[in-house]
Amino acid sequence: MAKLHVTTSVNGEPVEFLCEPYETMLDALRGQLGLTGSKEGCSSGDCGACSITLDGRLVCSCLMLAAEAEGHEIRTIEGMARGGELHPLQQKFLEHAALQCGICTSGMLVASEALLAKNSNPTEEEVRFWLAGNLCRCTGYDKIVRAVMETAAEMRETAR
Amino acid sequence: MNVVNNKWIGQRTIRPDGVDKVTGRAAFAADTTMPGMIWGKVLRSPHPHARIKAINTAKAEALPGVKAVVTSRDIVDFTIEKGAVMLGIQDMRWMCRNVMARDKALFPGHPVAAVAATSEEIAAEACKLIEVDYEVLPWAIEIDDALKDGAPILHEFNKFDGKPSNIMGRIESKKGDIAQGFKDAEIVIERSFTTRPVHQGYIEPHACLISVAADGKTTIWSSSQGQFMVRAMTSMLTGIPQSDIRAIPAEIGGGFGGKTIVYLEPLATLLAKKSGRPVKMVMTREEVMRATGPTSGSKSTVKIGAKKDGTIVAAHGSFYLQAGAFPGSPIRGAVGCSFAPYDIPHVLSEGFDVCSNRSKVAAYRAPGAPIGAYAVECVLDELAEALKMDPLALRLKNAAKEGTKAAHGPVFPRIGYIETLEAAKNHPHYAAPLGKLQGRGVASGFWFNAGGESSAQVNITEDGNVVVTTGHPDIGGSRAGIANICAELLGIDYKRVSVIIGDTQTVGFSNLTGGSRVLFASSMVVTQAADKVIATLRERAAKLWEIDPEAVKWENGAAHPVSPNAGQFEPLTLADLAEKAPSQGGPIGASVQLNTQGAEGGFGTHICDVEVDVDLGIVRVIRYTAVQDVGRAVHPSYVEGQLQGGVAQGIGWALNEEYIYNKDGKVDNPGFLDYRMPVCSDLPMLDCALVEVPNPKHPQGVKGVGEVPLVPVMAAVANAVHNALGKRFYSLPMSPPKVSAALDAPTQQAAE
Repeated sequence: MAKLHVTTSVNGEPVEFLCEPYETMLDALRGQLGLTGSKEGCSSGDCGACSITLDGRLVCSCLMLAAEAEGHEIRTIEGMARGGELHPLQQKFLEHAALQCGICTSGMLVASEALLAKNSNPTEEEVRFWLAGNLCRCTGYDKIVRAVMETAAEMRETAR
Repeated sequence: MNVVNNKWIGQRTIRPDGVDKVTGRAAFAADTTMPGMIWGKVLRSPHPHARIKAINTAKAEALPGVKAVVTSRDIVDFTIEKGAVMLGIQDMRWMCRNVMARDKALFPGHPVAAVAATSEEIAAEACKLIEVDYEVLPWAIEIDDALKDGAPILHEFNKFDGKPSNIMGRIESKKGDIAQGFKDAEIVIERSFTTRPVHQGYIEPHACLISVAADGKTTIWSSSQGQFMVRAMTSMLTGIPQSDIRAIPAEIGGGFGGKTIVYLEPLATLLAKKSGRPVKMVMTREEVMRATGPTSGSKSTVKIGAKKDGTIVAAHGSFYLQAGAFPGSPIRGAVGCSFAPYDIPHVLSEGFDVCSNRSKVAAYRAPGAPIGAYAVECVLDELAEALKMDPLALRLKNAAKEGTKAAHGPVFPRIGYIETLEAAKNHPHYAAPLGKLQGRGVASGFWFNAGGESSAQVNITEDGNVVVTTGHPDIGGSRAGIANICAELLGIDYKRVSVIIGDTQTVGFSNLTGGSRVLFASSMVVTQAADKVIATLRERAAKLWEIDPEAVKWENGAAHPVSPNAGQFEPLTLADLAEKAPSQGGPIGASVQLNTQGAEGGFGTHICDVEVDVDLGIVRVIRYTAVQDVGRAVHPSYVEGQLQGGVAQGIGWALNEEYIYNKDGKVDNPGFLDYRMPVCSDLPMLDCALVEVPNPKHPQGVKGVGEVPLVPVMAAVANAVHNALGKRFYSLPMSPPKVSAALDAPTQQAAE
């Protein structure tokens, strides 16, 4: 079976790669693109550890074929900090201790950023339902929800 | 205790590994590659119980791309007849048979062979070409099936009461005489309970990458709750000496006890040795669910007798726990912890270890204790109701305290159980009003906590900063706690302390990350090492000043003369002394290795509010408060995190999580969609109240905190459901179908 040639953009940089037709975006990211920040917890779209955005839309990269990246913009956890400066969500997760083992953290942050891009003033319930596709077994979600709410409040303040 | 000024201890500092984990830079088990790496896959038994008559691997070996195949013939055998060979709490006779079936496959998912090939796809294809001649045997999944007359026996050598049996062992804790105790009782309540096996549910599947050089030097990159356990077990199962195995701890994506044993490492090592190539193995979620963990399902009966004033006079618990395919269920936790919060004169607590055709259980957060506490704390709730007593008042009346002799042996030193009950009673949550179809429950719990072996090095860098190396994989933020303590002791800024986890060949032996022992034990060795470093620093300053070391004190990160009488000298900072080190006796650092003692048990009391959707049978937890005696919260955020995480797991255990087996004896829900762990929208905020009764046997007063918070949860939820509905559930999970059925029952009866 011939490999497919894909031209896409990952974290703002042009990227070309070859992939098998059945290869997932997650495998392409973690394999040949060397971006192991996205994690594989289930490969069935249930845990959200592989969350990325495709043209700004939150997706599970384990449920997306690598070939579907053709002509689109992919963003991953590796593109969240700008140079040496952490995104406010990343900083707030650290301050709130909103992570323990850290395996879900990449996906949580990518999902949270996608939420705040759509809704700068989410209620606790909105945060909880938005993040319901991202499993965390360590924290009980308490500090994660607080970190997201507080980041949203601070980002609103900064934007004023 | 040598707590100094608490500038750093008790602070919510940013964890040393934090930035790596919020940027995707942290390397977990599946995140590394090696040049020339190939992929390993496991062939697993499709049968719950089958004799393996022959295995033919010729076709698989002939497939292009296949580089190695291993079967049980390649693994060191620990024969049954020679008796137990223990590594910690694991018997290597069972471990060698769990990593690869020998004469019999004992559960669906039991490894039968493993293949390494140039791609995952070829390895999977090769597994299909392996011919296994099975003689399928009758099986037993549930405890009742395994115990009934004529049940299929998993381990034919085993006898209980003189007969072949699946009961692999019995233990008991005893105090006084229960016959007398129940005679003294004015009220007796006896109830039976069942719980289902639940998985630890770590999000990171087991994974490893292993390279074996031509001279046998082996490098293991894997995530586990103990790189030394990985090294020892891999050594024992492959015959490679420990000195040749460097086990490097990857960042670990959750463990909760489930990563205290090996599954893949011995297989990947043998595949790497045979093929001469580095071998990577990563489990799928389905493999994790079929072949690793979980904790036991159980059947328990608890009988408690009391006087009319609420004084408990006798208690009897019998706990049957599923071990899965091999002996070793956590009966010790159920037997020892269940009644430990109470001062009861007559106690008999007994546990039975029951094998059946499901995956071998692994440790899960306070192993066994939550199962026992669920039964005991629900019976206490009924007792309080029958006596018309407040359930916290009943517990306070019978609470264990300093001097109480626990049935499992120890006489308690100063403990903080009563403080947790008082704090719960006085918490605003306990007095808050409840709405319609809402209810409140309380429950308490105890866990032993552990000490044991730990090693650490504290080295001063040439530029006057600090590197601490410990030997415990950090799952929940322990590096942050260690950095707080080290900064405190050395009197320097927290950011100048770097904490790393050493591999097996660079730091001294350190036992598992488990038993709530890591911060207790590692801060003990780090404190002693820091004290040694400070002694060296004082000596160096004394030498430069030509005064006695006793005349030098270490304060705020610098050496000072103890008083003007000792001499007038400018302080010498850590950086000054580091710079002068080469001419003053050489590098500054110390390592300490200890078998730490003095870990005291921990107690918690929880308050849970639920609301029941009577149309859908859904129980929702709407408010939760966990109160716990934590000794000393070195990093309060991560202490709270332990409490909140334990509570969330307990809510899952209480309300939803269970394995569902089909008629073929196989798990029917081996994924996160159907094995329903709590998601963000299932839970409310989880409040914590930290009670600090310092552990007098620890330099900072630390007690283990990680496991206690799972112990009371299921009973707290069950008691709340009863309070909401007036109905009691005696089996977990209280899932929507079960709750709906119970709610419908009286209506149906009325209709009949």
